[in-house]
Amino acid sequence: MTQQPYLPILAVVAGLALLPLGLSSNTVLNFLSFAMIITLAAQGWNILGGYGGQFSFGHAVFFGTGAYGMALLQVRFGVNPWLALPVAMGLGAVVGFAIGYLSFRARLRGSYFALVTLAFAEVFRISANAWGFTGGAAGVLVPLRLDPANMQFADKRIGFWLALAFVAAVLALTLAITRSRFGAQLVAVRENEEAARALGVDALAVKLKAITLSGAITAAAGCLYTQKFLYLDATLAYGPWISVEALLAPIIGGVGTVFGPLVGAVVLLGLGEVTKTVFANLMGGSVPGVDLVVFGVLLIICVAYAPRGVLGLVQGWFRRKASA
Amino acid sequence: MLKLDIFLSALANGLMTGAVYALIALGLTLVYGVLHIINFAHGATLTAAMFAVFVAHSVFKIDPYIAIVILTPLFFGLGYAVQRFVINPASHGNDSNILLVTLGLSIIIENALLAGFRSDTRSIDVPYGFSVIEIGNLFLSTPKVVAFFASFVVAGLLWLLLARTDTGKAIRAVAREKTGAALSGINVDHIYAVTFGLGAACLAIAACLLMPTFLVNPRIGNAFVLVAFTIVVLGGMGSIAGALVGGLIIGVVESLSGLYFGESLGQIGIFLIFILVLLFRPTGLFGAKA
Repeated sequence: MTQQPYLPILAVVAGLALLPLGLSSNTVLNFLSFAMIITLAAQGWNILGGYGGQFSFGHAVFFGTGAYGMALLQVRFGVNPWLALPVAMGLGAVVGFAIGYLSFRARLRGSYFALVTLAFAEVFRISANAWGFTGGAAGVLVPLRLDPANMQFADKRIGFWLALAFVAAVLALTLAITRSRFGAQLVAVRENEEAARALGVDALAVKLKAITLSGAITAAAGCLYTQKFLYLDATLAYGPWISVEALLAPIIGGVGTVFGPLVGAVVLLGLGEVTKTVFANLMGGSVPGVDLVVFGVLLIICVAYAPRGVLGLVQGWFRRKASA
Repeated sequence: MLKLDIFLSALANGLMTGAVYALIALGLTLVYGVLHIINFAHGATLTAAMFAVFVAHSVFKIDPYIAIVILTPLFFGLGYAVQRFVINPASHGNDSNILLVTLGLSIIIENALLAGFRSDTRSIDVPYGFSVIEIGNLFLSTPKVVAFFASFVVAGLLWLLLARTDTGKAIRAVAREKTGAALSGINVDHIYAVTFGLGAACLAIAACLLMPTFLVNPRIGNAFVLVAFTIVVLGGMGSIAGALVGGLIIGVVESLSGLYFGESLGQIGIFLIFILVLLFRPTGLFGAKA
């Protein structure tokens, strides 16, 4: 293990990649693809929030920027999606840097930082809803043209594999960060910013790097969302739902860990589906919001009893078993 | 002078809405001033209170102004219990945990209401809903005028409670220095919960004052919560006078920018104020040093 730290990532990704070969049902594939998109958004959050300790309540601002960037570059400028994706990720990075520069320069942290990110997300949502260029309240529709050159796949498995490839790349990147100087500085800033500063860490630069990277990764999730659903409006792109899921997944999975966001996203969405189905059967019709009630309860339980999330619980269980 | 009339009526409307905003912000700023936490469930609690008013009116035929007498103690009790038995034990005294727990609570409340009442927008029908008071060329909606004055009365009562009673003294002591307060025999957990209960009680009153002229749906709290945060930040975290002045300013800004830029962009003005204040003057107009 010490020689090959990337082996677990390879194993997990390979396992996930093989899943669609056995399971060909559309429901399962849709679930898996969506779980990968949420994982990606959550991985972006985890770099800033998990490792850097800067809790954002408004990651929708990056997700939406990626999603709208992807859609508008194609619809308004006729850019090929394979080119639009890196550009939209770049937009996410720029927005990340700008918000980071403004708020970290003003020394906002803790709940103030959470609030300001929430406000930025709302400003973007209201603007996207009011502005004609973004399609206003009607939203944007990306025309359906199933063609790999157009990043739209007739075979849903390819869409899943594409999202999985992004998740795999970010898993490797996250692991690389934890083993780098930057990663160590980021954790130092999270644990005690004054102490880190005193030791010569440029806290502002470290946090800026983290939020820029975080913005780009979460924007990538938005890009994949656009290509999967081919429709966007301001609430889908910049709404609070994605800010909440990007934050919940790492916290439930294991905050500040490489696999936390992935585990959290799968647990979260899986539990959401189960709750919806159970309630639909009980009440004889779908009940909106019940899955989110479960998410909220889960969040409080995690904070109260499992501060290191599902991964922490599993590790603790193995450790107890080993020592017994 | 038709233009002046329109301007004056927007100004008056802004002031009246602002007073209710101030009442909502009052609960938030009180909790912040004492517990030093931001209660993210504030908006969702307001939504819950508005639905309580709706149910009281449509099921039990209780007038919203009479419901104040029932809902205020009820929400005080709920707020007390939630802080004492959920937020406090779950967060282990860690600030970012409190943030997450209140976020969790807001998700639960908002979506439980969505599951129970669906996303339909509802309103209540009271005989005085459309009555107006005429002052010169100004037509002021009676429920809004009532809300304006009632908000100031509540703020005054809250101030009296803090300034003149033993509980108020204990609250101020805990806000200043909780270890010292605990050493002098004050039960800090109890005072925290009382403060939280007072915050929820303010929301119950605000909900009763709002319902005759407002609509309610499970997501309505979001519209108020950032407004309330803006007021609290603008007025200075923890400052009661700041919340009142901030509320009136925000009410007027919203009303005037709605008049000149249209409804949807009017809201952006509020968020821009919020971001600018946070970035350039995080202590607000009345706040002490952060």
